[in-house]
Amino acid sequence: MSNSIEPKKSGAAQNVDDVSFVEVNQPGPAPLSQQAKGFWVTFQSMFKKNLTVAYPDVKAPTEERFHGRHQLNRHPDGLEKCIGCELCAWACPADAIFVEGADNTPDNQMSPGERYGKVYQINYLRCVFCGLCIEACPTRALTMTNEYELADSSREKLIFEKEDLLAPLRAGMLQPPHPMYPGTTDKDYYNGDVTSAHPSQEGKSK
Amino acid sequence: MTTQETAVAVELITVVIDGFEVSVPKGTLVIRAAEKLGIQIPRFCDHPLLDPVGACRQCLVDIEINGRAFPKPQASCTIPVEPNMIVKTQLTSAVADKAQKGVMELLLGNHPLDCPVCDKGGECPLQNQAMSNGNPEARLGGVKRTFEKPINISSQVLLDRERCVLCARCTRFSEQIASDPFITLNHRGALQQVGIYENDPFKSYFSGNTIQICPVGALTGASYRFRARPFDLVSTPSACEHCASGCDMRTDVRRGKTLRRLAGDDPAVSEEWNCDKGRWAFKYITSQNRLTQPLVRNSDGELVAASWPEALAAAAAGLVGKRAGVIVGGRPTLEDAYGYAKFARIALNTNDIDFRARVTSDEEAHFLSSHVVGSTVEYRDIDRADHVLLVAFEPEEESPIVFLRLNKNFKKRGLIVTSVASKASIAMDKLKARFIKVAPGNEAQALAAIELTAKSVILVGERASESAGLLSAAHALAQKTGAKLAWIPRRAGERGALEAGAFSHLLPGGRPVSDSSARVDMAAAWGVSTLPSTPGRSASAMIEAVHSNELDALVIGGVDIADMPQSARTTEALKKAFVVSLEISHSSVTELADVVLPVAAVTEKYGSYINWEGRQRNFAAAVADSLNRSDVRILSVLADAMGQSIMLGTVTAAAREFAQLGKWEGARASHVQVQPGSPVKVSGDQAIITSWRRLLDEGSLQVGEDNLAGTRRPTIAVISPSRAQSIGVSSGDQLRISNAQGSITLAALVEDIHDDAVWLPRNSIGSTPLQTLNAVHGELVTVVKA
Repeated sequence: MSNSIEPKKSGAAQNVDDVSFVEVNQPGPAPLSQQAKGFWVTFQSMFKKNLTVAYPDVKAPTEERFHGRHQLNRHPDGLEKCIGCELCAWACPADAIFVEGADNTPDNQMSPGERYGKVYQINYLRCVFCGLCIEACPTRALTMTNEYELADSSREKLIFEKEDLLAPLRAGMLQPPHPMYPGTTDKDYYNGDVTSAHPSQEGKSK
Repeated sequence: MTTQETAVAVELITVVIDGFEVSVPKGTLVIRAAEKLGIQIPRFCDHPLLDPVGACRQCLVDIEINGRAFPKPQASCTIPVEPNMIVKTQLTSAVADKAQKGVMELLLGNHPLDCPVCDKGGECPLQNQAMSNGNPEARLGGVKRTFEKPINISSQVLLDRERCVLCARCTRFSEQIASDPFITLNHRGALQQVGIYENDPFKSYFSGNTIQICPVGALTGASYRFRARPFDLVSTPSACEHCASGCDMRTDVRRGKTLRRLAGDDPAVSEEWNCDKGRWAFKYITSQNRLTQPLVRNSDGELVAASWPEALAAAAAGLVGKRAGVIVGGRPTLEDAYGYAKFARIALNTNDIDFRARVTSDEEAHFLSSHVVGSTVEYRDIDRADHVLLVAFEPEEESPIVFLRLNKNFKKRGLIVTSVASKASIAMDKLKARFIKVAPGNEAQALAAIELTAKSVILVGERASESAGLLSAAHALAQKTGAKLAWIPRRAGERGALEAGAFSHLLPGGRPVSDSSARVDMAAAWGVSTLPSTPGRSASAMIEAVHSNELDALVIGGVDIADMPQSARTTEALKKAFVVSLEISHSSVTELADVVLPVAAVTEKYGSYINWEGRQRNFAAAVADSLNRSDVRILSVLADAMGQSIMLGTVTAAAREFAQLGKWEGARASHVQVQPGSPVKVSGDQAIITSWRRLLDEGSLQVGEDNLAGTRRPTIAVISPSRAQSIGVSSGDQLRISNAQGSITLAALVEDIHDDAVWLPRNSIGSTPLQTLNAVHGELVTVVKA
């Protein structure tokens, strides 16, 4: 066998018999003293503190400001904070976010003010978790959670829709659509003056 | 341009701007002269097509003339250049820069922080210029002025008064360009705002332009509201498919869906404007009614979905060896029309092809083949005309950009416009047109007495075919006076179909069918031995030929039965004949067809239209990856299936082949003079009907756009004051217009109309005289109080 590998002529038929193999000169076993040195390192580490955890049985907490899955937040009365402005999509360097705005109507009030996000998708196959979307969001609607378990079995499942991203309803919140807190404007919401839902909002909730 | 005109040389004035010399024609504004040097002075109110107003004060610059400086910075959009002028913009003058920043600060003082929810965000001159010429920090605190937001000033246009910077572009456009002064600035000081009049809604056919020129987000469109951001959109230059004006357009698409269309910029045609129909009527493309796959009528008589090979085989089987005709309709692109023309001649071996799916006459066919095909009269000719005569043509309703051009010339230089019609119109009022009032049907006699010169232009509408002898009279008048004569169809594809030979009397390029050398010429170009020499039938003659068993099959592309004269008879004929329909949506024709082949809509294909001037308007596909194919490609495959190849596999192939053919240079078809008919006598309750289509009506390309429908003009029947008196009707009362075929009941409007005439819209809700009465112009009807 030759030590040089001739590049195959292009167009020539690939045949198992044509393939040449390179013979590599393997060194012999290391001397015993060197092997013992290696085993000593292994032996020492048996008495050191364990750095790994038995994931997924054990889950280590992340750092406090770890960039995990996004969340679309709500105002204290349950209305969505997202106004569908697309600034997050604009800021996204990976083109992972798709937003479509729509009109809030008296029958279908999803967020305070005129506009809400009708379609909101984040593609986690594209997202690089840089957090520029969070910085761009003018209403603090989009924040990141610490959730990092974002593996799945298909591409479709990794495109998160608005309902996957929305924060759960907490105590005192009502499921939108429902009217704004009586006597308030969107400005009051942004100033934090609305602290919980008013009973009159519930009646009109669809 | 003739040498004489260039000889009227423009006087050049040299000024120095930021240390650079520039020579510009006298009268140029400083801001334009700076643009010529590439120096951009920020501005909001300034618009090159509107009169200067100096409303926003953003364009302040330092100016010095003959060594004497103005004491304060001046608005460069209102000051024309003068000799020895030295201008220092914000780039070289700290005073100008500070002044501009100050103005910007004041403009932003009351401007809401709406950018995230504002449609203009991302393409907003205020946003951009606040970044380039504003202070980074706001010094004005406190509460901003607020208004209720937004308010509908029409069903299409939303006004957010908080955002307005009072540049008056919208009000100036409405007044100066559209002559629709329905919006104005009212109140004073901080509360000054754009408003509508109490009794006059903003029902302008051109209102969309105010949205496009608004330099902030104060005016936004209801249809595009919150749909997208500029960075989502892929823009494609396109041409408008609605009328023969030939507007330049821009189509913005987000993920395969057309979201908006804007006016393009073509000074020779539409300038920077378009009409609301062109801007907003595009929902038909994405409507539920679109055809998505071929349909074939099965043995049970039901239309069922089929594969393309199945449908093409069924169509070919029904057409091979049969006597077939082609009705194209007025909306094909030039390339598609060429495909139909070649398909009819080669695959069907017939000259029975017509694009005129409307009321027509033989006189019109002769007029089109002897005068119109290959002719060019341009918008520029209107700019130079001393007198424009409108014949059977209502410019605002039937070709709005022609109206804008007439209006511009009327406003700028007092162009004289004369209209021969039965009824006065809003456009005639705006143009202060001389109104030659004639009874419907008597237009031809009136033309003879009109004085024109060689610099005049006669604009003849497609409705001229409805009055016998009128086209002949218009031609005679043009011959006598040397005036230019142009024919303006209503639909975008008619002129192109004429040029492409989708017409019974003409082969492509204006070659007369009757001329044997023209036929030989075309046969050689197409590589066939002979072409059919029998003259073809018009669309309505084809319908009759089906009834008399002279035709077995029809290939129909983009026709609505409601547009055809004798719609009931057309329906019967379509039931009888084997019909292959090429359509974008389900229609009255596809319902009756034996094979339905879906085709691409205008945003999904490329091609070109030829507007009334004879100017070719190319456009590209706005939706890049549509699976729908242009008519010409489908016809080519169908011809292959019939064993008669026409070899037009792509639009490009059709365009190239058509361009190579060139125009016919031999003798034109001879002119046929037709005498006007005798006047119709009216007695008692009788009246002569006349009608035209409103720009915004029940047209099939306007479906699905409710905001647009909101600015339609009212559906009314117009009668003269003396008739109103004689039948005891006043405006608002119900009128019944009837004949033996049927009756229409509409609210009456007493207006300036010939005493013998009654006018009603041709295709509006509750008023479809062609279908209901089978009468649109010149026929007797009975008008009584309902």
